[in-house]
Amino acid sequence: MFVVVRDLFRYNGSFRVGFMILLLIVTLVILSFFSPYGEQQRRVAPRNEPPSLEHPLGTNSLGQDLFWQVTFAIRNSLIVAGTAVVIGRSIAVALGSFAGYSGGWIDRVLSSITDSFIVIPRLPLIILISFILKGNLTFIELALFLGLLDWAWPSKRYRSQILTLREEEFTNTAVYSGMRTPAVILREHIPFLIPFLLADMVSGFLWAVGMEITLSSFGLSELDRPSLGTMIYWANYYQALLTGKYWWLVAPILSSILIVVSFYLISTSLTEYLDPRTRLKRLEARAAG
Amino acid sequence: MDLFKSYILPRLLQWAIVIFVGVTVTFIIPRLLPSDPVQQTLTRVASMSFVDPAALESYRATIEDLYGLRGTPLEQYLAFWRRMLRGDLGPSLSAFPTPVISIIKTGLPWTIGLLTTTIILSWLLGIALGTFAGYFPRNRVAQVYDKVLITVYPIPYYVLALILVMLFAYYWPIFPLVGGYSGVQSFSWRYISSIIEHAVLPATSLILGATAFRYIMARALTKTLVTSDFITYAETATLPRRTILGYITRNSMLPQITDLGLSLGAMFEGALVTEVVFGYPGIGYALYTAILQADFNMILGITLFSVVGIATAALIIDLAYPLFDPRVRYR
Repeated sequence: MFVVVRDLFRYNGSFRVGFMILLLIVTLVILSFFSPYGEQQRRVAPRNEPPSLEHPLGTNSLGQDLFWQVTFAIRNSLIVAGTAVVIGRSIAVALGSFAGYSGGWIDRVLSSITDSFIVIPRLPLIILISFILKGNLTFIELALFLGLLDWAWPSKRYRSQILTLREEEFTNTAVYSGMRTPAVILREHIPFLIPFLLADMVSGFLWAVGMEITLSSFGLSELDRPSLGTMIYWANYYQALLTGKYWWLVAPILSSILIVVSFYLISTSLTEYLDPRTRLKRLEARAAG
Repeated sequence: MDLFKSYILPRLLQWAIVIFVGVTVTFIIPRLLPSDPVQQTLTRVASMSFVDPAALESYRATIEDLYGLRGTPLEQYLAFWRRMLRGDLGPSLSAFPTPVISIIKTGLPWTIGLLTTTIILSWLLGIALGTFAGYFPRNRVAQVYDKVLITVYPIPYYVLALILVMLFAYYWPIFPLVGGYSGVQSFSWRYISSIIEHAVLPATSLILGATAFRYIMARALTKTLVTSDFITYAETATLPRRTILGYITRNSMLPQITDLGLSLGAMFEGALVTEVVFGYPGIGYALYTAILQADFNMILGITLFSVVGIATAALIIDLAYPLFDPRVRYR
C-alpha cells in the first residue's frame, strides 16, 4: 500500500496534486476537533470582518470565524457524502451482481427496474423528501436518502461488468478446474471489479457532495449546523454577494472545489494504476526491462 | 414490422415501466415519511390568520381530497393515477386556485428552450473536442482544454453556476443578474435579444458542465477506437487524417446517442439548479418558489411532471436512434 502511494506520488502528476490537496483537507478535518469555538456557536467573533491574520478566512454576519466554520463544514459534508456512498454502493453491488450472476427472468425484471431509476430525475424526488421532513432532517438522514436514490447507474454497470467477466475464458478455466462459484467470484472476478468500484465510489461521492450543497443551499437540510451547503445558504440569506462580503462565499466554494477535484484526480490515477490491463502491461515492461 | 417488434416495442414497454415506477415512488414517499404534509399545511394556514375551526375542518377535507388521502391505500393509489392520467395535478397552494399544471406550462418553454440549446451545443462540442483530443493527444491546444475540462467536470452544478454569477453578473457585470427577459412580451428584436442576453450565462454554466462530461466519454471512446482494426487499416492505407477523424467521430457518436437518453435526467436536474441560481423563469425556479412558499402540491406536481417528461424525452431519443445507426435499421 505504502509502496503504491509512493510510486504514484513520484511518477503520476495528477495523483501528486490530488494527494496533496487531500492531505490539506484531512488536516482541516482533524483541526475541526481542536476548534476554539463550538460548531453552532454564534457571536463569538467580530462580525463581517474581511480575511485578516487573526481570522484567515474572515468572519460572517453571525459572528463566526469562517476558518473554523469551514473545518466543521468540510467534516460534515464529507460524513454526509461518505455515508451516502456506502449505502448506495452496497445496494448497487448487491443488486448488480445478483442480477448479473442469476440471469434469466430475474435479471430482466431487475434490469428494467434499474433502467427506470436511471431515467427518473432524482433531484425533484429528494426535494420532495427533504421538503416533507423540513426542519427534522438530520445530516445522517439526508445521507441515507441520498444513498437510497443513488444505486441505479452503478448497479447497471456492475451487472454489465459481471456479464462480461462471466464470459471470459479464465472464468471457464477456473470452473473446469473445479473451483467453486464463491471462490471464482472472490478470487477471479473481484480483482477486476475493484478499480471499477473505486472509480464508481468517487463519482458517487462527487454526486453526493453536489447534492448536499444543492439541497442545503435551497434551505432543505439541517440549517443550524455548518456544511458546505448550509454555509452557502446563510451567505445567500444575508446577501453576502450584494453587501460585498465575498469571503463568506469564497470559503465554502473554494473548499468544495478542492475536495471534488482532489478526489477526482486521485480516482483517475488510481483507476489507471489498478486496471488489470495496464497492470499486465507494467508486468510485461518489468519482465522485459 | 420486424423493427417494431425487436426495437420499438421493448422501448415503449420500458417507457411505461419508467412512468409506472416513477409515479409509484412519488406516491409512496410522502406516505412513508413520518411528517404529515396536510397537517403542516393546515398549521401554516392557521398560524397566518385566525380561522374558524369549522372552516379549518372543511379545509382539511378539501386538502385531503386534493392529495387523494381518502379511503384505503389502494383506493388512494388508483385515485392518484386517475388524476395523473387526466393531467390534473391539483391547484397550487401558494397561488390558490391556479392549477399546478398551468404554472408548469408557463415555465415549460423557458426550461425546454434552455435545455435543448445546451444539450445540443454541449453534445456536439463535447464529442468534437473529445474525439480530437483522443486522436491527437499531443496537441498543445488539446492538452490545455483537457486540463480545464477535467477540473470543471467534478465541480457541482450549483457551485459552478454560483461562480459564474459572482464573476460575470456581479464583479464584472456584463450579463444581467436575474430573470429571463426584460421589457414587454412582443415579437420585436428588443424582446428577443433580451431573452438571448439573459440566457447566455445560465446556458454557459450548463454547457460547461455537460461538455466536460461528454468530453471525457468521447475521449475514452476515441482511445479505444484508435486501436481497432479498421482504423489501423485506414492508417496503413495512409488515408488522410481528416477522413480517419471522420470515421472515428461517426463511430463514437452512436454510444453517445444512447447515453444522451440516459443522462437526460441529470441534465434536467442541472437545469433546475441553474434556474434557481440565475432566477431564470422556468420549472426549476417554480420549484424553488414552491419550496420557499411551502407549496407541497406544486412540488408533488413538478416531480410527477418531470418523471413523465424525462421518460418521454428519453423515449423519443431512443426511437430516433435507428435513424443514426444503419445496423439497427437493417437487422
